[in-house]
Amino acid sequence: MTDVLVIGAGPSGLAAAAALAAAGVDVRVVDRDEAPGGVPRHSDHPGYGARDLRRLLSGPAYARTLTERASSAGARIDVRTTVTDLRPLPDGGGEVDITSPSGRETVVAGTIVLATGCRERPRSARLVPGARPAGVMTTGWLQRLVHLEHGSPGRRAVVVGAEHVSYSAVVTLAEAECKTVAMVTDDASHTSFTAFDLAARARYRFPLLTQTRIEAIHGNGQVTGVTIEHADGRRGHIACDTVVFTGDWVPESDIAVRGGIAMNGRTRGPSVDTGFRTSARGVFAVGNLLHPASTADVCAQDGQRAMPAIDAWLHAHSWPTPTAAICVEAPLLWSAPDRLAPGDAVALRLQTALAVDRPRLVAIQGERTLWQGRLPWIRPTRPFAIPAAALAAAHDDESITIRLG
Amino acid sequence: MRAFDVVVVGAGAVGSAIASALTRQGARVAIVEANGDVGAGTSKANTAIWHTGFDAKPGTLESRLVARGHRLLEERAEEFGWPIERIGAVLVAWDDTQLARLDDIIATAVANGYERARPMTPDEVYSGDPHLGPGALGGVSIPDEGLLDPWTISIALATDAVVNGAQLFLDSPVTAVEHTAAGYVVRTSTGDITASWLVNAAGLGSDLLDRAAGHDGFTITPRRGQLIVYDKAARNLVHHVILPVPTATTKGVLVAPTVYGNVLLGPTAEDLHDRKATQTTADGMDFLLAHGRRIMPDLLDMEVTATYAGLRAATEHADYCYGVFDHYVRVAGIRSTGISSCLAIAEQVVGDLMEAGLATTPLASPRTVRMPNLAEDRLRPYADAARIAADPAYGDLVCLCERVSAGEIRDALDSPLPPRDIDGLRRRTRAIAGRCQGFHCGAHITSMIAKRSGGAP
Repeated sequence: MTDVLVIGAGPSGLAAAAALAAAGVDVRVVDRDEAPGGVPRHSDHPGYGARDLRRLLSGPAYARTLTERASSAGARIDVRTTVTDLRPLPDGGGEVDITSPSGRETVVAGTIVLATGCRERPRSARLVPGARPAGVMTTGWLQRLVHLEHGSPGRRAVVVGAEHVSYSAVVTLAEAECKTVAMVTDDASHTSFTAFDLAARARYRFPLLTQTRIEAIHGNGQVTGVTIEHADGRRGHIACDTVVFTGDWVPESDIAVRGGIAMNGRTRGPSVDTGFRTSARGVFAVGNLLHPASTADVCAQDGQRAMPAIDAWLHAHSWPTPTAAICVEAPLLWSAPDRLAPGDAVALRLQTALAVDRPRLVAIQGERTLWQGRLPWIRPTRPFAIPAAALAAAHDDESITIRLG
Repeated sequence: MRAFDVVVVGAGAVGSAIASALTRQGARVAIVEANGDVGAGTSKANTAIWHTGFDAKPGTLESRLVARGHRLLEERAEEFGWPIERIGAVLVAWDDTQLARLDDIIATAVANGYERARPMTPDEVYSGDPHLGPGALGGVSIPDEGLLDPWTISIALATDAVVNGAQLFLDSPVTAVEHTAAGYVVRTSTGDITASWLVNAAGLGSDLLDRAAGHDGFTITPRRGQLIVYDKAARNLVHHVILPVPTATTKGVLVAPTVYGNVLLGPTAEDLHDRKATQTTADGMDFLLAHGRRIMPDLLDMEVTATYAGLRAATEHADYCYGVFDHYVRVAGIRSTGISSCLAIAEQVVGDLMEAGLATTPLASPRTVRMPNLAEDRLRPYADAARIAADPAYGDLVCLCERVSAGEIRDALDSPLPPRDIDGLRRRTRAIAGRCQGFHCGAHITSMIAKRSGGAP
């Protein structure tokens, strides 16, 4: 019997496994992919590891480093190993059905860490109409095609979305000799770094079409183009053979849902308290399953920050209740964690629907202002944090609201 | 010149069922298909409902053949391994006009020979499907309606025909038809085929073929149905096929589970002229969402897995356009009931051809086809410990959302009718049909197909 089963070998799962194994806990990590590392494994560009490793690596190098740390600490990592079901047990943890080439097994683990990450919403989930030709993909598909399968997309691509990952898609397309002919977003502006946007558009020479949506995809067999519609009703046609839907991340919460774990209705990932505890005893959740899509280093930090609560569960069977709900008001979309467990202080990750410069944020409980602080800026698609200290004065018998002040 | 007893034009569920039945009857059969795969037209994009025929027009051929086909699909489910789920349907009345129609619906069912329809109170409706939106005034239960797997049925029947000796000509649109003293010569883009009998099961192109064969019995008006497929997390919301009550002004929209474990919302019903207009539209999606919001608001909170549109072969006639003529059988205007009725249609065609003088000796021991299971209500390879132990490829999951293994993809590529592209592979294995639509597996699976065909990924 494994002490801790970690489901998902991306940054958050590997970091949790490394921390647990280093503390002498028997840890098994399972991942359905053919190698550990998660999304960074196929994101072959620099910029990984600033917060957790204090240096900058490429995605694949970062994935290798986290894997190596978990392995050398003593964690067992099984790849091509898919969890197909989870049944939490009343005393904690649960039974987990697992399929791999070496067989079908049911594992009983007293502690489970869900670290299943997130995915991009594909074209269909965005209800983009038109024909269904080949050549429509997500960044995940594109990067795996180029970096892992050494294949090539088409020659002319429209990139849908204008967030960090959208620019990453442009770079990957360029490496595969596919020209980005336009970047299209519903929003009023891109939400990446201005420097990224300017550098990318100068180097790869594509227009950024804001307040523009894809009205239809055309092509019989292969994509031949898209019809776009601007906010003022003007329409246009862009000839292309590839359309890449980027970002618009959604948690991979299938296993949590199957396990009957309570969801955070805002993120569509599991509801967790400030100790990363889900509604099921002994079942924790970390990473972009909770806050899609934060950068990989932030996810890895979750793995470390969950340690005190996991440790208290492993050694003292501590599972604090009740917890106080953490709510947000517009334009904030969600908070993760979304419940406060007294005694567990952790930074909250929040998402905004609107870009705001110099916003003042306030945490309120009842009539009391718990905390207020100012951030330089907040942007849609870029989850941001408020410090753990924000909730230090909160108690557990009334809900907390985070809003702009 | 390739000579046959019968040439069947159209390898959808109906044409494939006819070809399978005639082949087993000992006939030399050619199947001519314009697309690059079988079951790639109307048969692949529909509501996947196993119809009883309760709502057919009484006295029609459609009424009789759907009722008979409903039974035959179940009788042969074990042989072919195709899933059938008798989950039952509920017609829900949302206003007084619809409520007033319920008695007629039950009377029509009885006139169609279906005796088990019964009225439901609002309480009964809600206790069966608690997630229905507010305002249901009553309903009718049709306990024998259910779900089927349209992909597997079409491919199974075409495979059955081929392994028993039929010749399948894909990518072979008919360019001309010549009526001779001995039968027909069908000219296609890949060569001419001579046969004593021509069977027109050409679906959306059946009126053109009808005219080419020297007849002029009907005109096809493609009726587009757009559908939304919701995530498997929605499956627990829906316990029955939730059917609309048709009225004079609208046919309505249904909500139904699928055998793959998803939930469908649709279809639209748009009369078009373009026989290839399988695009979805913004208006169509808005229409479905508006209906869905009324029928089951909770469904709209779920993630969408896929959207698609199919074309039904509708005509100006209220019944199937069926007829046996000189060396020619017309099997057209099958609209939206062809998968449910296909085995009964095939039985009808075989009987009529025998009567018309087609003299063949039935195969003494036809080969049987056993299809891989794509349905969630029975054991799939990923959960089959013995199967994985015997062949680890079934434990090597490639499409993670749909839990499709490398072993199943290999089997599909090795099958008598292998897929040529992602769409074909999806219909044989469910690969890439899931919520991520290829985020994880798209690149890997396209290279698996490309490697098989010797191309680049």
